[in-house]
Amino acid sequence: MFKLFSYIKPYWKMALLSPIFSMVSVFTDLLQPVLLASIIDQGIMNGDVTFILMKGMQMIGIAFIGLASGFFSTVLSSRTGQNFGADIRAAIFKKVQTFSFANLDEFKTASLVTRLTNDVSQVQNIVLMSLRLMIRAPLICIGGLIMAISINGRLALILLVAVPLLGITNYFIIKKSFPLFYVVQEKLDRLNALMRENLAGVRVVKAFVRGDLEQKRFGIANDEYRSTATYASRVVALMMPLIMLIMNLSSVAVIWFGGLQVNAGTMQVGQVLAFINYMSQILFSLTMVGFIFVSISRARASSDRLVEVLNTEVDITDTEESVEATIKTGHVVFENVSFSYTVSLEPVLDNISFEAKPGETVAILGGTGAGKSTLVNLIPRLYDPTHGRILIDGHDIRTIRIDSLRNAVSMVLQDTILFSGTIRDNIRWGKEAASDEEVEHAAKLAQAHGFILECPQQYDTILGQRGVNLSGGQKQRIAIARALIKKPPILILDDSTSSVDVATEARIQQALNKELNSTTVFIIAQRISSVINADKILVLENGKIVGEGTHGELLKTNPVYQEIYQSQQGGEVA
Amino acid sequence: MARDNSTRDSRTSGRPMGFGGHRGGGPRGMMMGPIVKPKNLTNTLKRLWRYMYYERKTLGIVFLLVALGAVLQLVGPYLIAIAIDDYILAGKLRELAYLCLLMIGIYLINIGSSWLQSFLMVGIAQRNVYNMRTDLFAKLQELPLKFFDNTTHGELMSRLTNDIDNVGNTLNSSTTQVISSVISLVGTLAMMIWLSPLLTALTLLVIPIMLFSTNALAKRTRTFFAEQQKNLGQLNGHIEEVISGQKVVKVFGREQSVIEKFNELNTRLKDSGIMAQIYSGIIPPLMGILNNLSFIIVAAGGGYLAVKGVLTIGVIAAFINYSRQFVRPLNELANQFNMFQMAIAGAERFFEILDEEPEPLDPPDAVELTSVKGAVRFENVDFAYEPDKPVLKEFNLDVQPGQTIALVGPTGAGKTTVINLLTRFYDIQSGKITIDGIDIRKIKRKNLRSQLGIVLQDTYLFSESVKENIRYGRLNATDEEVIEAAKLANADQFIRRLPNGYDTVLSEDGGDLSQGQRQLLAIARAILANPAILILDEATSNVDTRTEIHIQQAMLNLMKGRTSFVIAHRLSTIRNADKIVVINHGQIIEQGSHDELLEQNGFYASLYLGQFRQGIS
Repeated sequence: MFKLFSYIKPYWKMALLSPIFSMVSVFTDLLQPVLLASIIDQGIMNGDVTFILMKGMQMIGIAFIGLASGFFSTVLSSRTGQNFGADIRAAIFKKVQTFSFANLDEFKTASLVTRLTNDVSQVQNIVLMSLRLMIRAPLICIGGLIMAISINGRLALILLVAVPLLGITNYFIIKKSFPLFYVVQEKLDRLNALMRENLAGVRVVKAFVRGDLEQKRFGIANDEYRSTATYASRVVALMMPLIMLIMNLSSVAVIWFGGLQVNAGTMQVGQVLAFINYMSQILFSLTMVGFIFVSISRARASSDRLVEVLNTEVDITDTEESVEATIKTGHVVFENVSFSYTVSLEPVLDNISFEAKPGETVAILGGTGAGKSTLVNLIPRLYDPTHGRILIDGHDIRTIRIDSLRNAVSMVLQDTILFSGTIRDNIRWGKEAASDEEVEHAAKLAQAHGFILECPQQYDTILGQRGVNLSGGQKQRIAIARALIKKPPILILDDSTSSVDVATEARIQQALNKELNSTTVFIIAQRISSVINADKILVLENGKIVGEGTHGELLKTNPVYQEIYQSQQGGEVA
Repeated sequence: MARDNSTRDSRTSGRPMGFGGHRGGGPRGMMMGPIVKPKNLTNTLKRLWRYMYYERKTLGIVFLLVALGAVLQLVGPYLIAIAIDDYILAGKLRELAYLCLLMIGIYLINIGSSWLQSFLMVGIAQRNVYNMRTDLFAKLQELPLKFFDNTTHGELMSRLTNDIDNVGNTLNSSTTQVISSVISLVGTLAMMIWLSPLLTALTLLVIPIMLFSTNALAKRTRTFFAEQQKNLGQLNGHIEEVISGQKVVKVFGREQSVIEKFNELNTRLKDSGIMAQIYSGIIPPLMGILNNLSFIIVAAGGGYLAVKGVLTIGVIAAFINYSRQFVRPLNELANQFNMFQMAIAGAERFFEILDEEPEPLDPPDAVELTSVKGAVRFENVDFAYEPDKPVLKEFNLDVQPGQTIALVGPTGAGKTTVINLLTRFYDIQSGKITIDGIDIRKIKRKNLRSQLGIVLQDTYLFSESVKENIRYGRLNATDEEVIEAAKLANADQFIRRLPNGYDTVLSEDGGDLSQGQRQLLAIARAILANPAILILDEATSNVDTRTEIHIQQAMLNLMKGRTSFVIAHRLSTIRNADKIVVINHGQIIEQGSHDELLEQNGFYASLYLGQFRQGIS
């Protein structure tokens, strides 16, 4: 929590002034009941109208001072709070941008999004509230106490009972209800998860005629949520009446004991009223303090999650020695490269060595989990090898500046992710300054031009809902166009034509051969037909290279390759 | 990717509840974005009342308690006035003691009733929300697939969670508060007039200023909050998109440009946030000064009148209390009105879904198939998802019992549509589909679907254990049968390697499994279902070819004696089919066995040979 507070530093003047103004307005608030008491006791009792008017004017003047300082306090606290929130959000966002794939895997997308949205607002609200109330509430409490004691010390003994009583009540209710709301949140999450499942899995539910089962599952979760939420809300509903009870009983006590003192002539009626006024202010601000504590402890979970992001060590960064190397030829060499995602796990890649000469096409083949994707992910340093090294154009890639390395490598990931915006925008993602002609050219190479022209607004068609209105194969082709537009020295296609039919895939490959013949291409594929023309095919099994050569060579000598080939005997159709 | 959309909703729904926001309107009332006006107020209210109707008795008690509380609230200050004027100043201590006891009694009753009222109201609200959720969920089960395909899940989730929550919270707080506000407003006014009409008139002087200034401020505040909400939405959209696609951002080195856009949106949010905060933050001190103003008017005016002997001090004391009580409900009513409007708008969106056209009911003469042979016929079937974009035209297909049919064709040719129609996920526009000679529209829909075993292109897994996910195929299957099915699907091996084997609970949509593993589970599920007709839509596209060989054997066993429809890319799957149906542009252009089609030397042959010639050269 305190680490985050350092983000207030740039605004420390405002952050300091705001409570000071707030103090002034508290002070003016506290003055009002005394003034009223003097109006009653001196003005009304003595029938002194000018005194009443004079005190009245004083009250108005003080009220205006209170208004002005309240206003300034609000302005300052708003500025501090919003700036603070914006800065933290930006810090986290920038931090995430530096994350390596390993860091991203660790946090998971949904959790990062929640941190950037929900958690930041939580913390921001706390700062805002703290600036406005944290100082104010205790001040009112203390100031009220002083005023009350100064009016009548003996009557103030009532507070000695009321204040601890209220504190204990608040404490117990908060303590009891606080964990309850975590449970409620959990139940609500479960309910929402079920709901989402039924939306996303509607075909399965319908196909298996499991509507009744789903309703039963939902019914149970719904019922659990209802009963916990009801219970939690009821516990909290106790709070307000109990606070009111303590306040009201205290005022009755003040009236009784005050009445006795008035009767004995040691106190005046106006003072009794002022006392009641102060007392309700004290008790009320005490309750506020309770709420603030609740909010702070609630926000602590959020702030912990933010600090966790900020403190994450990014494992792939530039060092001071990193050089700005221009990669021209795309000559890639793996030297005894091993990799495992975590130290304890078995290596995903085991002592991999091979060479891809400039302009060559290297295909990587192997079963699910053989390590194909991991291997290509090492080339643009999405992960760093655990052992061994990778050279591009003679440089160890760890010595090259990351941006210049990645600029030289274009990659189409296994999961096709397109962004909102037009088709043109999406293709241009690969090269921001690309002209319309370049965009079209890339689309033609990726065999996407045809279907794009059939879209309602052609290249300006907006992809709704992250491109769901395109078929899987169409999305893959746009992703390929996005990678091609850069005309990179190194191109990696990670199983990126799996939803494209064979004939189209063949045309994409032909286009690549023709247009990008100096580009070193890495292709991961399931189909033999996709790799048959490669200059070199690597056969991976359990993280090891078990075969290396051309289609013809491997077919003759390599049993694993033969088996894969046999399994696809006859190839595929459309 | 469509899956990712769902993640954005869970956090918006996690609205803070419980603490605060019970009394005092303040910021909560102001936080709302633009106010969406309800479209058909009376109708929506009538339908909402249907939910409240079940609770009418409890609701009646609550209303009585609220009224009681509001009245008792009025008595308090009056008693203080009596205490001061008649007993303290007069020195009647015994009477003062009685009065104090009376006050304690009244306070106790008041607090007891206020607690009981919240207690009951929480129950009512939660039960209503529960019922609404249940109804909505049941409705979702009835809706046709078309509805789900045309509505974004994010939007639906927001209706299911935020809107219903909103209605629930409003029912909980607003109904009672409106009643209590009205009663205390009228009651306070009456008491004030009764105590002193003159002082009442003086107090009311402040009211117009108060209403005018808060109203003006609230309007400004609302526009700024709407602005802030809009900016927040845009920023969160950007965040969600960038983070979801973070790997692509990295691969393309676009970090700097997404940060730039982020900074722009972030600054915009900050600026509107500051304005919204300032405007809403001014209201409390402003209310404070106006309160003080009325306080001063009462004190000065009352003091003057007291000097003249028209009023007593006790009355002034009571009046000060009343004038405070008068202002609060006035503000609350305005807030409640806005919240009420929002809730009604939410309720309308909720009812909109309830009003959606469900899957048509089975006709009264619908039959149930008991033993299905598996003869399937498509006769002159026309179908279009959108009116003038026909997907299937004059589609005819005749399948004998036990045959395996492979559907082949380019993407978008209509292969999946054939399956969508057979399962009645969508209904055909003209023509006829029959199973064993019976029109499928004459078969009870649930019965029809339970005869079909489907492994879909997009496998869906639930956040349950692996065992339960497989058991989804047949609910009464024993553990042994589940394991047997997993073995047949070649899934047993990897399942045993999971942390808790068959009892491993999957994350939402089986996110922790690979595509291939998910498909194996879906196949196991279909094997367990043991259907009469089997449908495999790209069921093995993400399984590597060597693994597929193993599954193939299980599949062949499974398909034996059953009519099977197979959509696949891989020839190994297709070649063994009894009949290969080549679909293009919504029509069958060729059909026959693998060898026959090669001999025909048409579309199929060109695909097959073209690809192979290129490969082997």
